[in-house]
This record gives sequence, C-alpha cells and structure tokens, in this order.
Amino acid sequence: MKFFRHCLILVSSMLVSLIGFIGVTSADDHKGFKIGVVTFLSGPAAEPFGVPAWNGGKLLIKLLNEGKVPAPYNKKGFGGMEITAIPIDEAGGATKQVQEFRNLVQRDKVDAVLGYVSSGDCMAIPSVADELQALTVLYDCGTPRVFEDASYKYVFRTAAHAAMDNIAIAKYLIEKGHDISSIAGINQNYAWGKDSWKDFSVSIKKLSPNSEIKNELFPKIFSGQYGTEISALMNSKAKVVHSSLWGGDLQSFILQAKPRGLFKRTQVVFSAGDHVMPGLGKQYPEGVILGARGQYGMMAPDTPLNNWFYKAYMDEYGVFPAQPPYRMVQGLMGLKMAIEKAMDKNGGKKPNKDEIAEAFTGLEFEAPGGLVQMKLGNGHQAIQPHAIGKTAKDKDGNIIVTDIVRYKASCVNPPNGINAVDWINAGFPGADC
Amino acid sequence: MPLKLLNNVIFQSIFLMSLLIVVGIFIPNWLVFVITKAIAYGLVGLGIITLMRGGLVSFGQGFVFGIGGYTAGLLGTQAGLTDAMLLLFISFLFTGFIGLIIAPLLARYRDIFFAMLSLAFSMVLYGILIKIDAIGGSDGFVLPESTYFGISPSPEYADYILYVVSILMTGVVSILLRYYYNSTPGLIALAVRENELRVEYLGSSAFNVTVLNFTIAAGLGGMGGALNGIALGHIDPEFTYWTTSGEFVFISILAGYLSVPAVFLAALFLELVRSFSGRYFPDTWQLILGVFLILSIIFIPSGIGSFFKQFFDKFKNK
Repeated sequence: MKFFRHCLILVSSMLVSLIGFIGVTSADDHKGFKIGVVTFLSGPAAEPFGVPAWNGGKLLIKLLNEGKVPAPYNKKGFGGMEITAIPIDEAGGATKQVQEFRNLVQRDKVDAVLGYVSSGDCMAIPSVADELQALTVLYDCGTPRVFEDASYKYVFRTAAHAAMDNIAIAKYLIEKGHDISSIAGINQNYAWGKDSWKDFSVSIKKLSPNSEIKNELFPKIFSGQYGTEISALMNSKAKVVHSSLWGGDLQSFILQAKPRGLFKRTQVVFSAGDHVMPGLGKQYPEGVILGARGQYGMMAPDTPLNNWFYKAYMDEYGVFPAQPPYRMVQGLMGLKMAIEKAMDKNGGKKPNKDEIAEAFTGLEFEAPGGLVQMKLGNGHQAIQPHAIGKTAKDKDGNIIVTDIVRYKASCVNPPNGINAVDWINAGFPGADC
Repeated sequence: MPLKLLNNVIFQSIFLMSLLIVVGIFIPNWLVFVITKAIAYGLVGLGIITLMRGGLVSFGQGFVFGIGGYTAGLLGTQAGLTDAMLLLFISFLFTGFIGLIIAPLLARYRDIFFAMLSLAFSMVLYGILIKIDAIGGSDGFVLPESTYFGISPSPEYADYILYVVSILMTGVVSILLRYYYNSTPGLIALAVRENELRVEYLGSSAFNVTVLNFTIAAGLGGMGGALNGIALGHIDPEFTYWTTSGEFVFISILAGYLSVPAVFLAALFLELVRSFSGRYFPDTWQLILGVFLILSIIFIPSGIGSFFKQFFDKFKNK
C-alpha cells in the first residue's frame, strides 16, 4: 500500500500547488498591455548587454506610461493602455528559453513578448511563437536565417540582421583605403559568429578578389579565454582581423589582446563593438574600426528624438547609451506604433494579436537610431541605416568615435526576397547607396 | 503473493494515471506543460535511481538524454516520422541499445570513477554535437509538430494530448520497473549496493546486474530526452551538457531510491521552483534555486520517498 499512499501524496501535492498557482496567475484581468521582456540578466552577457538593454527598456516604459516621450510617441503607454513588463532572464540556453516563453504566454498571458539577444534563442523561439499564436518582437539578435529560412505570422524583428554590419565594415575598409590583402577572423562557434564571418569574408572577397583568408577561428560562445586564439592571430600577420564577439566575450578578448599588442599590430574590426565601451571606458583600444549594429551610441544621428533619448538615458544612469538600450527602445517603439496603427483602424479598442500583426507587417517608424522599415521577410524583418567609425582618444584620454561614415539602409541590406549571402555573392545588385 | 502485488501495482497505477489524465483537463495549459516536462525529467531520474539501487550514480545521464532527444528530432526532421508515441518508443529502444554497447566499459568502474566516466561520455557527445552544423550545431534545431496515429492535433489540444501520451507511456514503464525492482536481478542490485564481493561469492554477477541496470537507465533517459524534445519543440546540445546531467542527479537525490512516484514529484518540484523563481526573481533566480537545493538536502537528506515513508510509519504506529 506504500505505493498507493505515495500516489495519493503525489496527486494531492500537485493539487495544492495548482490551487496556489491558479491564485497567482488568474488574478488580473488586465486592461493595460502586458509584455514579457527577455534579456540577459545573469551570466557574461548580462553586464555589457542584457542589463543596459533592460535599463533602456525600463526607462522608456516608465516615460511612456507617464506620457513624457516626444512625438510621435507622446500617447500614454501603448495607445493609452498602461504598459506592464515582466522581465525574464535569457541565460540558460535555447531550450530553457522555449520553456520560459511558454510560461510567459500560457501562464502570465502576456499580450506580447519582446526579447532575445542570442541568435540561438531567435532560431528556437519563432516556431513556438507561431504555434502558440503569440505576438513576438525579436529586438536584437542578428542571424539573417530567422526570416530567410522560414516565415512566421506573429514574429517580427525590429532591428536589421547581421549582414548589414559586415557588409558596411567591408565597404568602409575599402572606401578608407585600408590594406585588406589578408584577413583573419575570430567569431563564436554558433549562428551569429558563423554568419557574421561568412558575410564579412564573402563581402571582402567580392569587393577585393585578391585578398587572402588567413585564419578562421571559432571559439565557443562564453568561453572567455582567448590566449591561444590571440597567439594564432598574431602569428598569422593578417592585415585585418574581424570579430563579431560580443558581451563579456568581447570584453575578455579586448582585455587579453590589448597587452599583447594585437590592436597596434593589425587593423581590428568589430562588427558589434560599441556596447562594451561604457564598461571598458579608457581601456577600450584606439584605432579599432567598429559598428554598433546601427546608428547607435557615439554614432547616433543628430535628430531631436535621438538627442532626447541620449539625454534621458544619460541623466538616469550616468553613462551614455550604447547599442543594447537603443535596440530595446527601437523594439518597444515599433510595437507601440504597430499597436496604435491597429487601434486607429479598429476604432480605438485594444487590438488583438492578429490586428497588431497586420499593422506591424511592413511598418515604418522613426527610432532614435534612424528610420526603421519592416521591409524584409515579407514585412517582418527590419532594415535600418548604419554607421561605421574608428576609435580615437580625445585630449582628455577618453575614447571617442571619429571618421564616421553613414550608410543608407538600402545600401547595406539586401532587398526583400534575396538571402543575404546570395545578395553578397551576386555583388550587391540593386544596392542604393 | 508476487502476482497479487503486481495486480495491486497495476490497479494503483491505472487509478493514478486516470486521475492525472482527468485532472489534466481542468488545469491550465502551462501546468500541463510543466508536468509533461517534469515527467520527461522524472524518467531520466528514474534511470539514475535504477543505478542508485546498485550503488552507482551517473553524472552523465545527459548523454542518453541527448541521444534520445536527437533520435526523436532527427527521425522527425530527416525521416519525416512525427508520431509521438512511436518516437518515444524508438528513442527508448535505440538509446537502450547504445547503453548496452557502452555499459560493459562503464560497469567495470565504481563510485566516482563510474560517475566521472559517464560524465566524460556526455561531454564528448556535447563536443561533437556543437560541431555538427548540419544539425544546427550549438543552436540545435526545431522539431516538426508531432502527430498521434496520423492525426495532428490543433494547437489548443496538442499539449494535453502529449501530456496524456506521456502519462500512459510513463505509467507502463513505471509498472514494469516496479516489477523489475522486485525481480531477482532487481533485488541483487540492492545486494550489490550493500556488499558486491559477497554477491559474487554467492554466485551472482554484479557486473551483469550493473550492465542491465545501465541499459535500463539509458533507455529511460532516451525516452525522457525524446519526450522533452517533443514537448519543447526544440533540441540543442545543452541536452547533453553537464549542468543538465547535474539536474537529473539532483532530482534523484531529492527523490531517494525508495519510491517510483517520488521521482516524478521531485522533478515537478524542481521544475516549479525553477520556473517561478525565474518569473518573480529574474535577477536572482539561480540564488533561489540554489537555496532550494541546499534546504532540500539539509532537511530531506534521504529523499522525498523516505520522508513520506517515515511520515506514514509514524502515522501507522499511532
């Protein structure tokens, strides 16, 4: 009978926990707009990336709810509905994220999920999102494959994919007359790193067919130790070293490579290099060519919206906003515009996910980093203008970005319906620069 | 007497299974999903408990968990086989087979050497999986939606149907396992745990029992991996990572080796604590989870199963 008793205990404890949790979850029949925000809050990607992104998001949500954001975002909350956000940690791998996503949608009944920095998570989430019919905004991740390999109804990415970052850097190197006779790369061994290196190396080959590829290094993501790789890069004597490392990995790489003179010896290019600048401060090397995955941070355009955001973030947190907060703000603004567009159409009611998805498709909106156009992936994938610059020291020894070249969105992004790699291989047909 | 006991177990299990299936209709979707996931983890924990009865703990059940998951996933994506029950069954058999192949090597080791060698297997598999780009590398891949006897359920019912299937299959496995535990090799395992040398002198083979136990554990782990993959709809090499294996060990320690249902209860507890700490303490969820693990080891050192046993023994004495 022991077994039977155990069974009874199993069932009764399940019922008890169930009753407890039903109380938790069915408490609010919300009138506002509830979003789940997924970003790195622990682990190596938290401090340089996830936390500043969420800081930017928190600030914007607070100001939106107070109605203190300049036009065209001056309506309170999302179309008058108060925004509630549930932050979730992105650490723990794609499998854990799928589960957290389900919890957000099924348990917390969020109206939309905004999130995902890691490309691995962005590959895993969309199919679940469509299965659960949950509106999902990917705010940062880079891999072009999300909307190139498949199409989704309820999933949108409000930021340009990684192809732009690497195409623009290749163009910059050539326009500025850098020696690109040999190139090497150090990129993480997963979707983002591999796609970034492919886009960069193929772009360079296309623009300068004689350049030679020396090393292609793929350390594991979040490995944090790059001694061997740095030695290999030093020995290869490549003229240009490309890296799409990000977050804690990029910080570690910079701190380990700088004393060994890598930045003095070779031209290093970072496709996503600005988000560690606030953290590293004066330790950031000079002479590095970098992109911020958009016109962000020190490369942001001089527009009223950007100046407002830059100042608001600076006042709140005491550091300048780099890529992560810009990206999250861009996602929130896109969502807000889509919701308000849907509300204009349905007469001001709270729109359902289908109405929002319809309004989101092909949406264009002004963000601090410039005009965002949902043009690729049949209106689900954004393109945006880009900027590349070079770090230098000002007279006080602070690191600044100079020699900034701006690129039109249509110059560095493929047109709708063409995969990024195919577009690069074909020699950028139809690029409007 | 054994037949009577078996009858009893079958009756009890059927009662419990039908109860859970009925309860599943009334509980929200997310809880159905969490229970399904707990069953997947519980299956692997059950495998470790099978080993624990013979005095061994595997730190590398991620190995079989991963093989099971990838078997189901690859059959789904490459061979177009999407029937969930078939996938679970094939993963069970295939992973059990792999277990049978490597078991003779592992069965020669004991204690920490066994644990470390099993861990090594899982990490080697992890290293291989993240390097194979054809199956997604470190990103893993998405599984096609599962079908049941050729019917693909609509999204609202998909979770519930998988829940029912997992309860049915786990119920059958649990009955068989309870029967196995009470069989001669099952009981010899307990003796091996106490005194291996004496078992050998009495004419039984500790080696054979360990191989058998490891094979069963592998099959169960594979089935758990397949179920987890099918439930999540996504598989990545994290399945075989040592932290995943660590969770299984924790589930088994939390459950103790005295009771089959306790394993699933332990898995459910862990799943709920993790999920709610992540929801309400997004910055410090690891801390909450860690405190929970420490507290449960301090206060229930020999597992939930023993905890219940003591409680009921006291109750009976009064």
